[in-house]
Amino acid sequence: MTATAEEIDDSIRGRSLWQDAWARLRRNRLAVLCMVLLTGIIFTCFIGPWFCPWNPEIQNLKLRATPPGTMETLTEASWVNHGGTAEEWRELTNGGANPQKRRHWFGTDTLGRDLLARTLRGGQVSLMVGLVATLVALIIGVAYGAAAGYAGGRTDDIMMRAVDTLRALPFMIFVILLTTMFEKNLLLIFLAIGAVEWLTMARIVRAQVLGLARQEFVDAARSLGLQPGRIIFRHIVPNVLGPVIVYATLTVPAVMLLEAGLSFLGLGVQAPDSSWGTLIDDGATNMESFWWLLVFPSAFFSLTLFCLNFAGDGLRDALDVKSAKD
Amino acid sequence: MPLLNVQNLRVAFHTRNGVVRAVSGVSLNVDKGQTVGIVGESGSGKSVTCYSMMGLIPMPPGRIEGGTAMFDGIDLLKLSAAEMRRIRGKRIAMIFQDPMTSLNPYLRVSTQLIEPLQIHQGLSKKAALPHAIQAMAEVGIKNPEERIRQYPHEFSGGMRQRVMIAMSLITRPELLIADEPTTALDVTIQKQVLELIKERQRSLGTAVIFITHDLAVVSEVCDYVNVMYAGRLVEAAPVADLFRRPRHAYTRALMRSIPALQPKGGTLYTIPGMPPDLSKLGPGCAFRVRNVEHGDRCLTDRDPELVEIEPGHWVQNCPGCMERSAA
Repeated sequence: MTATAEEIDDSIRGRSLWQDAWARLRRNRLAVLCMVLLTGIIFTCFIGPWFCPWNPEIQNLKLRATPPGTMETLTEASWVNHGGTAEEWRELTNGGANPQKRRHWFGTDTLGRDLLARTLRGGQVSLMVGLVATLVALIIGVAYGAAAGYAGGRTDDIMMRAVDTLRALPFMIFVILLTTMFEKNLLLIFLAIGAVEWLTMARIVRAQVLGLARQEFVDAARSLGLQPGRIIFRHIVPNVLGPVIVYATLTVPAVMLLEAGLSFLGLGVQAPDSSWGTLIDDGATNMESFWWLLVFPSAFFSLTLFCLNFAGDGLRDALDVKSAKD
Repeated sequence: MPLLNVQNLRVAFHTRNGVVRAVSGVSLNVDKGQTVGIVGESGSGKSVTCYSMMGLIPMPPGRIEGGTAMFDGIDLLKLSAAEMRRIRGKRIAMIFQDPMTSLNPYLRVSTQLIEPLQIHQGLSKKAALPHAIQAMAEVGIKNPEERIRQYPHEFSGGMRQRVMIAMSLITRPELLIADEPTTALDVTIQKQVLELIKERQRSLGTAVIFITHDLAVVSEVCDYVNVMYAGRLVEAAPVADLFRRPRHAYTRALMRSIPALQPKGGTLYTIPGMPPDLSKLGPGCAFRVRNVEHGDRCLTDRDPELVEIEPGHWVQNCPGCMERSAA
């Protein structure tokens, strides 16, 4: 078959290394499946609560620790309590003619709160911690690492020794200090985790930039009179983005685990707010009598970690041609 | 007044293994529109000479220990980093040896081509693009409107070197430093690229410093040649003079090593030994151990000096090297 005019025209449009990587990634079925699942989980956690009648923080002491699938008959008071309005209630019940029942799909916890609502809310918090802390780590790490690697010499030495020093601080003590000195809140967790994770990112970027800064295209950019900042961010950073993206995808689950660990120890998210970490902690305490409290949050959490790790592996294979198997 | 006048340039690298004197007292001249060659083996200091004029050697470990490089009345060696950036890429541009690595693999050719226009002439992307397309056309790339949207890996080596030439000349610089621009290319492409550089030079009136170890290239493009050895000039002459009557033993040895000038079937002539270790160079003629003609009569106690033995023809006055070989 001969190529048509459009095909030839198409071929000359230019194909970036990113597009090549994307094509390789799409051939990796497991990675694609994981990315789809991950998108599904994210959507469920952030959009799901709109369709869930229960407020994750409202207790119902009559329905403590009921198994998955329990029905609850609503009253006007409980409807309003869970975030509805009186008008909606009148409309729904048609003046008492239609009694309203809602199911607790995942059951309720020991204080009678709906576990589905709490799992979704916990997912929001955990995913947000994971993404925001990774983003913080990414921005600081890339800027710091690239600057150190590009400057080289003594500047590089000083900057990287500072990283080594910070790295040597015991993380848990650092967090316990922070949480006892200040009020416990989400922002603090972002900060604490981000402050630790950027160190590794900075090392990775610095090592990459060290090699790249001696490449001829950097000399060429310098010989054109470009400023160091422009050379770093426009010419060098795009070249290190591959490993950075891979590391970032693998940082998200690490951060989520850290948050879960902190919450498990009672240093993270504070009640009545929840994260997957606090839910699993709760479930673990009660697992002999109320298995569902452990199973549902752990299932979501494990699936997310699993997907993130495989998506990260897939990205690495796609972006790093040298390590690819074929 | 010459466009560029380098006087007594001295550059050293302070490494853990001692001080490497890469360039020890080099002087050279480039007139407007002239092509000047710098020839020598690897490590003879030819690239370092040019890189240090451009402020492109890593400092530390590099250090410019003396000399001046007057470019149109400005001493390049005394400029601040910001002042140097305004000259680099605008009035002096460079082409590098390996076109495979001198373009950024992640950026479109268009992005890289318009960059000098953006920073030196303050043009917007939109305004710069037609200039870039024209520059691509001028270096003989077909379909420039489409090719400019591609990435470097979609160009062949020769084409990339053309892109580099377009990029370096896009701001109409007065001086172009070409650092072995044809070394990484195969012979037919070398010829095309040389022709292209000559053609662009004629139409823009750019002066060119041609760094190479290939004497054939020198004879083809240069007006004036500087031969470097161990960080010093050993001979400097107009190209015809140099090829007709090379006065220094090293120049003659280089010429004997040109494969095309040797009889077929014989063993290729090579200069015996290795270039000296520049961190351990004592006084005396640096070429004496490799000089097969009259190495025994080379200077050992003091450094030879450049003398003008004919108008425009300079040579190191080392008795062993200046001697005509009996053969």
